[in-house]
Amino acid sequence: MTAVLDTPAQDTTPAEVATFQVTLKVRRYNPESEHGDAAYWDTFTVEAHATDRVLDALHKIKWEHDGSLTFRRSCAHGVCGSDAMRINGRNRLACKTLLKDVNPDKPITVEPIKGLPVVKDLVVDMEPFFASYREIMPFLITSGNEPSRERIQSPEDRARFDDTTKCILCAACTSSCPVFWTDGQYFGPAAIVNAHRFIFDSRDEGAAQRLEILNDKEGVWRCRTTFNCTEACPRGIQVTKAIQEVKRAMITRAF
Amino acid sequence: MTAPVVETPRSPYARRRTTRGNFELYSWVFMRASGVLLVVLIFGHLFVNLMVGEGVHAIDFAFVGGKWSNPLWQVWDLLMLWLAMFHGTNGVRTVINDYASKDKTRGILKTLLYLAFTVTVLLGTLVIFTFDPCPANSPAELLPSICS
Repeated sequence: MTAVLDTPAQDTTPAEVATFQVTLKVRRYNPESEHGDAAYWDTFTVEAHATDRVLDALHKIKWEHDGSLTFRRSCAHGVCGSDAMRINGRNRLACKTLLKDVNPDKPITVEPIKGLPVVKDLVVDMEPFFASYREIMPFLITSGNEPSRERIQSPEDRARFDDTTKCILCAACTSSCPVFWTDGQYFGPAAIVNAHRFIFDSRDEGAAQRLEILNDKEGVWRCRTTFNCTEACPRGIQVTKAIQEVKRAMITRAF
Repeated sequence: MTAPVVETPRSPYARRRTTRGNFELYSWVFMRASGVLLVVLIFGHLFVNLMVGEGVHAIDFAFVGGKWSNPLWQVWDLLMLWLAMFHGTNGVRTVINDYASKDKTRGILKTLLYLAFTVTVLLGTLVIFTFDPCPANSPAELLPSICS
């Protein structure tokens, strides 16, 4: 006998989601426009639902108001890390930030992330960020013969670097770091987090090389533990803690 | 016809050079170690000068002269001077590195900093070791008791 619903199906359509008007103040930059090389603020008012995210409001602007508004997004669900931007002065992912959480009663400011060269509107050149990432060799380094099966690791060994495996390379942390803003020479939290992921991996044998790379004048020693990165991380990674663990590994190696 | 040469927009943002080495590591450790030592040295200094005996009212030429004829206080003050100057200079060097965005500004500020450091340390060290607690032809009531 198949299970049937006891009560006859009631009207299951949920109550309509409330809508409201929200104003977005967007930092625009387009050298080919009449504004030239100067960045400027553009204000849009759109209708939004209580369940909408900042990204939905940006979509609405682009699709219904001004098609020239440029921003980067791919999965739109907080996994790809494309749409990190400075919303109300804090680095966040537009696709993970609900409008109702950033006080839609006042205009919401949306700017590109700081410290990286702006290409157009909210799109920045991520190359300096990825260059640092490549420098720390973000891949497994081993020696000897390839095993014929998986490389086994205990749950404890895996837990050691679990936090830093969550990074999605959105650059929210690196572009929230005041040391990175100055001249962009600092490796930045994201590169150190991804080095941490391999340095503390029991299967990896490249820890010494990575520590040597980060033992640079522009490496971990430029961290001032301001915790901006930890606050900015949309994945909740304890970024500053990871940086301090790398520092400690270097000190125990040196003494 | 040749294609126009487009300057790469990325060149100014590349890491200029690798600067690997243990200097920043030792500097980081030094800041912590000297900080702890300085807390002991400075509070010891304040306690002896301001609290012990007559306290702050005892400080005059004779008091300082008497202290500096004692090797313990010579070493104490020398350590305090050197550690404080290295600690402070290193701190300001870090601040300059963090806030100066041009190499030229950075260079000028650091030159001034190291100059001030050298003058202060040399002068201070010289005074601690060559200080004469009993200058000739001075009224006896201003001099420490060891002079008579």
